[in-house]
Amino acid sequence: MGLDFTVVPSYFGVLLMGSGWTVAITVCAGLLSFFGGIIFAVTALYGHWSLRLPVRGFAFLFMGTPLLLQLFLIYFGLIQIGIDLPAFLAGVIGLGLHFAVYNSELIQASILAVDKGQYEGARTLGLSRGQTLRRIVIPQAIHAVIPPMGNNMIALLKDSALVSVIGVMELTLAAQQAISRTYRPFEFYLAAAFCYYIVNLALEAGLRSLERRIAASR
Amino acid sequence: MTDQAFVTIKNAAKSFGALEVLKDINLQVERGQIVAIIGPSGSGKSTLLRAINELDPLTSGEVWLEGVQINKKLPYRQYEAHVNQVRQDIGMVFQHFNLFPHLTVRGNITLAPRMLKGLSEADANKLAEEQLAKVGLAEKIDEYPSRLSGGQKQRVAIARALAMTPKVMLFDEATSALDPELVEEVNLVMKQLAEEHMTMIIVTHEMDFAASVCDRVLFMDQGVVVEEGPPSVIFQNPQEDRTRNFLRKHLSR
Amino acid sequence: MLRVYPFFLEAAVVTIELSVLTALLGLTCGALGAAARMSRLTILRWIGATYVSLWRGTPALIQVFILYFGGPQIGIQLDSFAAGTIALGVNIGAYMTETIRGAIVSVDKGQTEAARTLGMSRWQTMHKVVLPQAARMMIRPLGVNINALIKGTALVAPISVVELTYTAQRFIGSTYKPFEMFLLSGLLYMVIIYVVGHGINWLDRRARII
Repeated sequence: MGLDFTVVPSYFGVLLMGSGWTVAITVCAGLLSFFGGIIFAVTALYGHWSLRLPVRGFAFLFMGTPLLLQLFLIYFGLIQIGIDLPAFLAGVIGLGLHFAVYNSELIQASILAVDKGQYEGARTLGLSRGQTLRRIVIPQAIHAVIPPMGNNMIALLKDSALVSVIGVMELTLAAQQAISRTYRPFEFYLAAAFCYYIVNLALEAGLRSLERRIAASR
Repeated sequence: MTDQAFVTIKNAAKSFGALEVLKDINLQVERGQIVAIIGPSGSGKSTLLRAINELDPLTSGEVWLEGVQINKKLPYRQYEAHVNQVRQDIGMVFQHFNLFPHLTVRGNITLAPRMLKGLSEADANKLAEEQLAKVGLAEKIDEYPSRLSGGQKQRVAIARALAMTPKVMLFDEATSALDPELVEEVNLVMKQLAEEHMTMIIVTHEMDFAASVCDRVLFMDQGVVVEEGPPSVIFQNPQEDRTRNFLRKHLSR
Repeated sequence: MLRVYPFFLEAAVVTIELSVLTALLGLTCGALGAAARMSRLTILRWIGATYVSLWRGTPALIQVFILYFGGPQIGIQLDSFAAGTIALGVNIGAYMTETIRGAIVSVDKGQTEAARTLGMSRWQTMHKVVLPQAARMMIRPLGVNINALIKGTALVAPISVVELTYTAQRFIGSTYKPFEMFLLSGLLYMVIIYVVGHGINWLDRRARII
């Protein structure tokens, strides 16, 4: 059948729209994974035992199984218990939780790596355990863990393609729409790959400048 | 070319980008001579030593060993073959030993002779035993480097270099990374080599050792040889101010 | 519920097959990529760097789709299993390139200097001194790559390869028990990962003794 890239430009709009959704999904899931990561980490380290175990178990489950499987669980599984989530929400929640778990591991390690002297200094001044954690330890831990979490963001962006499988409109699905009209999968999947690559470069550049600003503020 | 010494360095210059590390160095070493190079950090003494066996090739100038130019400009393949061949005649001992951790002492010493000189396993083992006996570590032949002390590691490194029967031995601050009580055993081996008339070029901070073993001392500073002469002159009666200042800082211990 | 077990076990075997083949292809591409990135020839270095950048910078799912759906357009007709394995293998190879290269580069420079000083050539040095040491150091990080690879085999489910994730989705539809299906396939994935993880640890420990 051969290749014919001339069909691609007329679908720029579709691909652009898809890219926009991909960025939106990445941002939403990214935020969820950031804050979720912090919550999971703090709970896993300092929470009541009744909370610690489920969180640890959940983390174990989500790190040991494929993201796609988790997306299926959230999208189809919640329907079983009566929650009918729109695909977009299921996709964002699935991505967000998946990476929240990985971020949580990073954050836990970072919290434990904060020099013990910080604790002692704060407690000696009279701060309570909670205050010490909230004001002194966790801010420092998070500061240190932003670069590795940036790598998780990049992975999240690429993994966002998976939500197309549960029918969420984003770049991959947009490409599939174009393919269903033109029957040219190679050209459009390549175009989609190109778009992902560009967004990836932009994200990497953004993360690098963020890291530089953080390093400078020290 | 006929009025050349055993080791000759002519108009050696080396720059790392804009930074000039060696400026027009000339040096002639006779067979069996022992030369010490002393000087402050950044003087270029290590760079000069490492230029001799092309580890850090010169930017300009020539290095000759017994009538063969070491830093010949050749097309890549021939250069590599030439350099690998010449390096078999030059032994080098490093500040951080650089023993191969995944090989035993025996393996460390026999690797190059078997690979490059085609020695059989039996001959190479015999060679290793001889060299180790010379440095006083015969019983450690089947140990791994990680089990040895610093001084022992350095002695093995010397044995490894000697196993290739080099014409000249280069020592790049061989004892600088050793705990003080381990320095002596390495110095003893080097003294022994000196008595056997091995040609040696030694970059060192150990002024006493240099004075006791060497025939000539070079003082380098900022990429040039400031002064050179026999130890008696350099250490007791230096002619240059810079030499005097350096020695004053270093010997007043 | 019991009737689905055999299907899941069969699917687990497929997942294992996918994992093994993808890993082998990935290691091969990784070794070639690392060699290219460290080559003396600029063109090879450029090819290696481009390979890593493009294959790590785009989603693996898209790479699978390009090969399986787009392949026929350029004369490549592969069944879903082969297309999935090849696409995922080349994808993970880009990550393994960096892992392998990282291990080689982390071998102390003094080792190379000592070997070269003795008169060993570049290749002899690499072969007898650097690679033996790098090999020990790359086992654990390659284990991380392989862990990701096993989970990544799920990406062939959308092109209908009957592996664990595909099977889970298939039976979610007919049994209306998503949680059970998730747990069943999840458990099997975790067993596979656990066994492989132990193998990697064992290999790593053995490497450190020698």
